[in-house]
Amino acid sequence: MNHLLRHADGLRLAVLVNEFGALPIDADLIEAQDETVIAIAGGCVCCSYGNDLTLALMDMARADPAPDHVILEASGVALPGAIAASVSLLQGYALDGIVTLCDAETVRERAADPYMGDTVARQISDADLLVLNKTDLVSTDERAAVEDWLRAGGEGAEIVTAVHGAVPPEALMRSVVGRRRAPAVAHDMPLHTLSIAMDRPVDAQALARALADPAAGLVRAKGFVTGADGEACILQIVGRRWEVTPAPAPAATDAPRAVVLIGVATRMDEAALRRRIDGCAA
Amino acid sequence: MTTIYAARKVITMNPARPVATHVAVRDGRIVGAGPLEELARWGAHTLDTRFADKVLMPGLVEGHAHTMEGVFWRYVYCGYFDRTDPDGRRWEGAKSVEAVLDRLREAEAALSDFEARPDGPKDGGAEGKAPLTGFQLDPIYFDNRKVSRADLDAVSTERPIGVVHASCHIMNVNSRALELAGLLRPGINHPGVPLGEDGLPTGELKGPDVMTPVSVHIGFDRDMLACDERGLRDFGKLCVRAGVTTVTDLAARLTDDVVAMMLDVTAENDFPARVVPLRFFQGLTPEALIENAVVLRKRSSDRLRLGMVKVVADGSIQGFSARMRFPGYFNGAPNGLWYIPPEQLRETYERALAADVHVHTHTNGDEATQLAIELLEGALRKHPSPDHRFTLQHCQLADAAQFRRMAALGIGVNLFANHHFYWGDEHYALTVGPERAERMNACRTALDNGLTMGIHSDAPITPLAPLFTAWCAVNRLTASGRTLGEHEKITVAEALEAITLGAARTLKLDGEIGSIEAGKRADFAVLEDDPTEIGAETLRDVRVWGTVQGGRIFDAAAL
Repeated sequence: MNHLLRHADGLRLAVLVNEFGALPIDADLIEAQDETVIAIAGGCVCCSYGNDLTLALMDMARADPAPDHVILEASGVALPGAIAASVSLLQGYALDGIVTLCDAETVRERAADPYMGDTVARQISDADLLVLNKTDLVSTDERAAVEDWLRAGGEGAEIVTAVHGAVPPEALMRSVVGRRRAPAVAHDMPLHTLSIAMDRPVDAQALARALADPAAGLVRAKGFVTGADGEACILQIVGRRWEVTPAPAPAATDAPRAVVLIGVATRMDEAALRRRIDGCAA
Repeated sequence: MTTIYAARKVITMNPARPVATHVAVRDGRIVGAGPLEELARWGAHTLDTRFADKVLMPGLVEGHAHTMEGVFWRYVYCGYFDRTDPDGRRWEGAKSVEAVLDRLREAEAALSDFEARPDGPKDGGAEGKAPLTGFQLDPIYFDNRKVSRADLDAVSTERPIGVVHASCHIMNVNSRALELAGLLRPGINHPGVPLGEDGLPTGELKGPDVMTPVSVHIGFDRDMLACDERGLRDFGKLCVRAGVTTVTDLAARLTDDVVAMMLDVTAENDFPARVVPLRFFQGLTPEALIENAVVLRKRSSDRLRLGMVKVVADGSIQGFSARMRFPGYFNGAPNGLWYIPPEQLRETYERALAADVHVHTHTNGDEATQLAIELLEGALRKHPSPDHRFTLQHCQLADAAQFRRMAALGIGVNLFANHHFYWGDEHYALTVGPERAERMNACRTALDNGLTMGIHSDAPITPLAPLFTAWCAVNRLTASGRTLGEHEKITVAEALEAITLGAARTLKLDGEIGSIEAGKRADFAVLEDDPTEIGAETLRDVRVWGTVQGGRIFDAAAL
């Protein structure tokens, strides 16, 4: 979370945590703090939601200026799919995706815990993106083994590995995709970004499904395309989750049509991705 | 000045002299119980005969309730069973969906058009007609006939309407309420929001996450567990009507302003009960929670006992959110939810034992009970604490082995005896199946193993009425008349102890209350009938005249 806050790149992030103390924000990032809100450099905030996440989100929706992104840190026993479903009911929010952070050293042990095992399994299978953290603390063999194990438990979610929780922001937040960013920071698993112009109309739903297919090997994708009906629309893909929404009016006329694809370099096959996209021509 | 009360009978719960004819009171405390001539030797006294035809027993202790019931009575009572409100009005049970709707219609007609309720939502309600709110609906008794949005629309389409179920975990709302929350739209995909054939929500909302976006528009406070001044006073009246002189508020947020309010209200001369709020764990790290409890403890007054902590391990059995061991739910539902990470529970226990903070833990399913037992056992090895009296609340499915282990570790239990009556048939048929339904709330096993044991109502989930709770534990009857678990019945004497000394022991207050003997608080339940004579089958029919609390007399009829 500290890494994200440091690389928010002008976005206003709001981090919601169950209680302060569980998430130590680096001291140099903190501008001001009271019982429930920590103000962070660059217009970001961190809030504790205490006993009612829904109420905290409803309050956050009325914040002025509104945050660009809310990052919700669920408790260790939460079922993220259930929280995501609840977020979808709230006015002013669109769900971006579910990221499950796994500790490379301990995740398999925790999944075998008689009390917590089924919860951990659901946290993994609910994920749109799995982040395997602390990979510096395990051997190469162990790392490969835990990746295979995660892939089997996740329902098609891509895996991004990380050290010290440093995950490229474009993997975690749709607003970062395609944005001109500050100089890149070193990451355990650098992500590759591929931008493809979309001059012709496409079947937008089919394209979104094709990019969300686990076989496409993408972490995230975003598209601004002309649909089969000639109307501009926006595609958002994170792991296997996708949505297609009509583009807001001003953007519909000006912006160039394109898709931006983000993935782990070794798993991205540009030719295959282009074939997928071509297969969705309207 | 000593007052000696003459009574038809004084049931003392003191085995040395189990019954007496008189009880002497001075400065709110008991000087002694015994024959008049013996008590008269204490010196100058007034003989008060107002209770000469009444039966006195120790003031009843409700070990698991929520003061928010006092607030609920501002809403429309939609329950199936008859129930008495704080002002003494007996509300007949609504026996059909139609009866519920009629009652709502009647209340709707009495509401003025554009007057937002003072306790209503800050937004939404003010935009149009004030909301209409009901509580205690239980469609189980209507053959599970669902209440629909259309049903409530027939009451009003302009006014937001919401009716919360008895479980407090489900509500039904009308179209206007959905509209205000932005949920009257197609495309909703949520297991807690069933859709009708038209693709729109039916108006049934299952689970707090789903209820909250709507409940703020139908008159519920932002925090459903919260109580306010008037609610607390009303709750006090319910206590008098039930013979209760000490009551817990088992999931209190206890912010500074709430504590100040509770200290003020409970200190009022006519506030009739001792309230024991337990600080709710949510939203605080274990470290902050225990520090907070230590600070709160020092703010206690005679009638507001602060410093205990409540933790919730899992959900509810009828909501299929309790954590179950093999073989799980009878209908095949997946296992329930943890409400606290096990690591956090472990740390809470360890810090609490180190700081001598008393923790009660909600467990419903037997897996949650097992976790609590194991974690507390580990914490006790680190911080040996004789007489810690950590208590499991509900603990409904514990088996004999778990009770034995709890006894060995000094863990107390507060069993949900009322559950048998209200949901026993549901447990038998659907949630846990016949065998485990018979062992639920195993009072006999708990007592045979020597556990500290209370029994409770969880008001407002079920009515605050310890004598009814005692009847439930003695008879183990369900609403349909099935005896569920013959071998777990306890005697009337044991049940009366559970609602006095037993519950007091779970709160570490048994040195002060729970029996009528020299030195204790002058807290009495004043009864028209003798619970030890009326018969096990009719124990719930014992009439309550009122209470004496700290020597102050409260006549229920004069509230």
